Amino acid sequence: MSLLDWFETRKKEVQSPVPQPQQQREIAEGLWTKCRGCGTLHYTKDWEINQQVCSSCGYHAMVGCRQRIEQLMDPDTWEPLDELVCSLDPLQFTDLRPYSERIRKSLQSTGLTDAVLTGVGRVLGKPLALAVMDFSFMGGSMGSVVGEKIARLTEIATQRSLPLAIFTASGGARMQEGVLSLMQMAKTSAALERHRSARQLYIAVLTHPTTGGVTASYAMLGDVTLAEPGAMIGFTGPRIIEQTLKQKLPEGFQTAEYLMEHGFVDMVVQRAKLPATLVRLLSLHGY
Amino acid sequence: MVEPILLEFEKPLAELEQRMDQIRIQAQADGVNVTDQLAQLEGQIIRLRVDLFERLSPYQRLQVARHPQRPSTLDYFQTVTDDWLELRGDRCFGDDLALVGGLARIGDFNVVILGHQKGRDTKDNIKRNFGMPQPEGYRKALRLMQHADRFGLPIISFIDTPGAYPGVQAEERGQGEALARNIREMFHLGVPILCTVIGEGGSGGALAIGVGNRVFMLENAVYSVIAPESCSSILWRDTKHAEEAANALKITARDLKRLGIVDDIIPEPVGGAHRSPIAMAHTLKQTLIHHLKELTSQSPEELRAQRYEKFRRMGAFLEAP
Ligand SMILES: [Zn+2]
Repeated sequence: MSLLDWFETRKKEVQSPVPQPQQQREIAEGLWTKCRGCGTLHYTKDWEINQQVCSSCGYHAMVGCRQRIEQLMDPDTWEPLDELVCSLDPLQFTDLRPYSERIRKSLQSTGLTDAVLTGVGRVLGKPLALAVMDFSFMGGSMGSVVGEKIARLTEIATQRSLPLAIFTASGGARMQEGVLSLMQMAKTSAALERHRSARQLYIAVLTHPTTGGVTASYAMLGDVTLAEPGAMIGFTGPRIIEQTLKQKLPEGFQTAEYLMEHGFVDMVVQRAKLPATLVRLLSLHGY
Repeated sequence: MVEPILLEFEKPLAELEQRMDQIRIQAQADGVNVTDQLAQLEGQIIRLRVDLFERLSPYQRLQVARHPQRPSTLDYFQTVTDDWLELRGDRCFGDDLALVGGLARIGDFNVVILGHQKGRDTKDNIKRNFGMPQPEGYRKALRLMQHADRFGLPIISFIDTPGAYPGVQAEERGQGEALARNIREMFHLGVPILCTVIGEGGSGGALAIGVGNRVFMLENAVYSVIAPESCSSILWRDTKHAEEAANALKITARDLKRLGIVDDIIPEPVGGAHRSPIAMAHTLKQTLIHHLKELTSQSPEELRAQRYEKFRRMGAFLEAP
């Protein structure tokens, strides 16, 4: 298959309508959704209205990037950017399965082109450049597409003097792109440096989970850093630390609250309060 | 000279060398002149070695890059510079011996020099944490680089680490934040930055001193997003596929040159840098001086822009026209 044929197929896959995540869940799990924090069963409609936060224990379940954008941005203000940037398989990487197959599968199961959506819109009336990562696309791993889209968004924010927010959710760099994925840490940080030098505001919002290369780049570069309750945030994942040190980890290690206690997060903010918090931050900076 | 420690794939060659020595001793004892034959054999062995090292697999190169006798950052500080003075501490928490640096003179240039430091033996390795810095190591590096920026001194970094240290205290003190800040701030600096991977370029811990106007790799050095061993356990779900992972990840200097990540490959003496450290240092020094001459004529704005464009291009993706 030629590259162009392949891309055409890929584009069709991208554009073909996929079942709404909400419908899928109802079919798969019926009318009820079980909280993974405390086990309480919630009527799925209530669960959605509550933005996938448990009303009994406050557990914040993972949110897809489309839903997140709906939850945050004013209706009809969202202008998506770079929607048709797709992953290549530059190293022809194969582990137990070929990388190209993994991409195809993720594309089909998520209806996304990669692990991040970017665009410009308004939050409670205020303009904002926004990137939202999605853990369901290959564990939110950062490859060339994620890096490129975040760099472009940041450059647009710099050009238009817009504040920027990035919602992170990532297992780290995308190993299947080898050192190219590592360099996305540099690319995104470079763009953020220009945004910063132009004296624009960048708010990092850390959601569950945020680890590896994303933590070691844009997740930790916010002028202000917010995190969702209970989110797991760290550079090295707890399993690897445990294996290396062969010891139990401290209670609450690498949670959002732990990071706040250690000086790396400004505020732990409940999901429902995020839009209002973002707007307060924007207006307190004169936006 | 210390006897070189042999890697598995070098052993057939070493046996040949041993046989040559035996012939020489025997011939001397018997009073037979075999000089010509010996010279011929020696020539053959050299050609075999050149050939062997020309065709090393990525996994074999990884072994060379991790060779216990491979020259370390401090070895190069001593052999590449004409003078150098160590500066210590991050001014926040402590002094991390896994990342060293200071002021130096190379040829006509005053520079700030820094790099990861692996231990030269077991005891030293414990002191140096096997070249895996804690956040304070990276913060020391940033302090030194910002010092360089203030005094208009070019920065020379040597990369040689398995990675940033994965530990509870490292996390507590913000390992991710330390790496991220270094990477971002390196884009802000207005002085020439020359980075050389001298051994192991281990992921974010390498990149945190690796944002350069020029990025070089020694011929047998490797640079990877993840150690092949860890990649094997994550993607293959066991530790037996490190060799396959090393192939798949594209970690050698040639791979990185092809991918547009490194500017130049610095050739090593036959058999690897550890076989002839002084020759290696000489080549490295010439390369650094050549590029220092090129870069010191550029303005801070030009240097920043060049660095930005260089890294901005990295990656491979597909986009609808
Ligand atoms: Zn619950």
